[in-house]
Amino acid sequence: MIDATAAGTGRAADGAPHGRSAVLAQPRDLPVGPMGRKGLGLWGVGTLIATEAALFSYLLFAYYYTGAAAPPGWLLESHPSLRLAVPNTIILLVSSGFAWYGETGVLRQRRSRALTGFGLALVLGTLFAVIQGFEWHQRPFRLGESSYASLYYITTGFHIAHVLIGLLVLAAIFLWTALDYFSPRRRLSVSAGVIYWHFVDIIWLFIFTTYYISPYLGFGR
Amino acid sequence: MRAVDFRSPTIGSDSPEHAARLERLWESSRGLKGFLGTVDHKQIGIRYIITAFIFLALGGIEALLMRLQLAGPNLSLLTPEQYNELFSTHGMTMIFLYASPILSGFSNYLWPLLLGSRDMAFPRLNALSYWIYLASGIFLYVGFLTGNGPNDGWFNYVPYAARDYNPGLNEDFYSLGMVFLGISTTIGAANFIVTALRTRAPGMSLNRLPILIWGTLTASAANLVVVPAVSLAFFMLWLDRQFGTHFFDPAGGGQPLLWQHLFWIFGHPWVYAIVLPAMGMVSQGLPVFCRRPLVGYAIVALSTVATMVLGFGVWVHHMFATGLPGLGLSFFSGASIAIVFPSAVAVFAWLATIWLGRPVITTAFLYFSSMILMFVVGGVSGFMTASVPVDWQLTDTYFVVAHIHYVLIGINVFPVLGAVYYWFPKMTGRMMDERLGRWNFWITFIGFNLAFLPMHVTGLLGMPRRVYTYPDGMGWDSLNLITTIGSFVLAAGILLFLFNVLKSLRSGAIADANPWDAPTLEWSVPSPPPPYNFAVIPTVASRYPLWEGRLGGRGSATSLDRGMLLESGKETVATSSMDATPDMIVEMPEDTTAPFALSIGTAVLFVGLLLKTWTVAVIGLLLLSAATLVWLWPRRELREREARP
Repeated sequence: MIDATAAGTGRAADGAPHGRSAVLAQPRDLPVGPMGRKGLGLWGVGTLIATEAALFSYLLFAYYYTGAAAPPGWLLESHPSLRLAVPNTIILLVSSGFAWYGETGVLRQRRSRALTGFGLALVLGTLFAVIQGFEWHQRPFRLGESSYASLYYITTGFHIAHVLIGLLVLAAIFLWTALDYFSPRRRLSVSAGVIYWHFVDIIWLFIFTTYYISPYLGFGR
Repeated sequence: MRAVDFRSPTIGSDSPEHAARLERLWESSRGLKGFLGTVDHKQIGIRYIITAFIFLALGGIEALLMRLQLAGPNLSLLTPEQYNELFSTHGMTMIFLYASPILSGFSNYLWPLLLGSRDMAFPRLNALSYWIYLASGIFLYVGFLTGNGPNDGWFNYVPYAARDYNPGLNEDFYSLGMVFLGISTTIGAANFIVTALRTRAPGMSLNRLPILIWGTLTASAANLVVVPAVSLAFFMLWLDRQFGTHFFDPAGGGQPLLWQHLFWIFGHPWVYAIVLPAMGMVSQGLPVFCRRPLVGYAIVALSTVATMVLGFGVWVHHMFATGLPGLGLSFFSGASIAIVFPSAVAVFAWLATIWLGRPVITTAFLYFSSMILMFVVGGVSGFMTASVPVDWQLTDTYFVVAHIHYVLIGINVFPVLGAVYYWFPKMTGRMMDERLGRWNFWITFIGFNLAFLPMHVTGLLGMPRRVYTYPDGMGWDSLNLITTIGSFVLAAGILLFLFNVLKSLRSGAIADANPWDAPTLEWSVPSPPPPYNFAVIPTVASRYPLWEGRLGGRGSATSLDRGMLLESGKETVATSSMDATPDMIVEMPEDTTAPFALSIGTAVLFVGLLLKTWTVAVIGLLLLSAATLVWLWPRRELREREARP
């Protein structure tokens, strides 16, 4: 009934009775604090991404649930214009690429490369937000028009909110890199921020597919 | 000076100098700064517990007022509007502000002690989740006290909650308050997950986790993915009410049922989130008083997880009467019936533990064991309503009210009261009074069953829930009177409990480190534990470290007296997720007021949103952003950046 197999560490299996001082082997050298990507902070970002991914799943669920049972005419645009959305999607993906490029700059201790990467990611991310603003402006419907309009604006709105947070994160990383805080070993903040930025970009692909592509594939009427 | 990047922790034994050094490193500063800035999981845990008990008392008073109104037919103590606010606020308080936070409180206090660690994985997030909980609770209660409490039931269906039918601020307080509270729940869940998976004592492989951990870990994993559903639903409701969107408004092509789906996608897993950790308390405490390990540890742990997994697929049983297609109802009915199997595993494990053990009757034992009985009553009534035709008959009657109270009081409040009796000596260094405890238990137990057992019949006789009064001649009069009497007896029991707590705090018998002769690590440290918990990090070799040697097996191998000293800073050790081999030394943060400032900023933001005063909202946003930036600024002492010359 009791699990005394001591398979855990291989160090505690010396069988010394409790109370007498057990002889513990000296542990190997352990990293002190977060090292590279390894650290509790990365797990924290993992949980953040899990809960945010759930949030966007519910947003998309609301769209598909409402759309599946809606009468004809629910889609306010049966063929949403892709003129701005496609280039904007590409801009966001390229921004993700630059964020990654900046991270490799930190890894290789080339600060100018890191700053270039983070700076361009920041610029392109801002550009995405501005173009998204134009996109909203050009829509022929406003928030209160119908359930479709409400869902479109809340979903893209939530995404833009996350983009803005991501931009603040990128700005902080840019600043800290400029202050020469990081090294290949001590850079968890960088990796965590960049992972978050990738997440914000990947989520956009799901939103883009739902709102811009699925009508072409026949979802909604 | 360049910080050391790699180090092999010194192995050694405790000594007075070592303890004094750790005390200096880990102690929270005194005064207001220490009060607002502490990140000690024990202080935060106790704050959680006290705050949750205050909300329990408030919710209880609301319930008593309702029971007075319902004591006889055609009474007019309360107006219908007051009654609506009372039953809705009662539900909100008990379910959101008591049932979950009380378990978070116990978990916060106990986890690092059970896991052989010096704190939670994210101590500052821990402080933040408490402050946000407190602030959102105050936010919600400011609504109630200004006559703007929720008034459409705790599940708040549209269109009742839509602005056309409910123009006051009531639903806006509730909507924003719930989004606000959701932040706390989510942060707490994330912290528990990482703590359980990363900061266990060396050797505490996953199959040696104390059984209590499994309940909260499972519930936290669920919370992480379901809380966004309800936060989103409430946010959408607020937009519908204040900004003319049409998510739930059929006139604009919206779907009223979308509210119910989003609410119950959250709501049903949430039910498990507020009972699984409490079941874990029973699995943890009951065997101690049976003087043997829990029977079937592995299947209890697995069935905990299985209950949660199935629990994601049963939400529609709250919506059987909404006219959904038969195929959908059948699927969810089947899943709701199937969930009986994993749920019942724990019941049989507890019964077998009592049967095979030598029970020592204490107040804690009485609370834990009586919970089994009420779990069965609540489980069977839940199982009945899993059947669609039965549910059609019973839904929205007092039968369902009886069911939810057997679940929430039986499986949450009773284990919690037992847990207070069980862990009070650890938290305070004093035993609770056993003689008062017996009185307290029997009065609570009799009062509870007197109040809620007849309520099943009230429901079967057709009395609908949520009505503020009823005519005479329906056959409900005496049943309601009995329930009212029972509820006051229950309240007297709770009062006696609070009295016992206060009395024992002042004059209870002094408790040694392990007054119950219990097997897990929290009982290996003094009562109350020092700020650093463990002077040396224990190395664990079995599931019941303090019972080694008596349980057979290959003798004892757990090392409590010698281990990693980790005294060169505020340090603890991180271990691998499965096998718990040490893989990192973690630098723990010092006390900081950043979490407090962040929660103030968030509160200001929500007040701004509520009043639609955008300057206030922006001020809140700036404050919370500034606090976040200060918090996340890479620190040398946490090794988040290079220490350059």
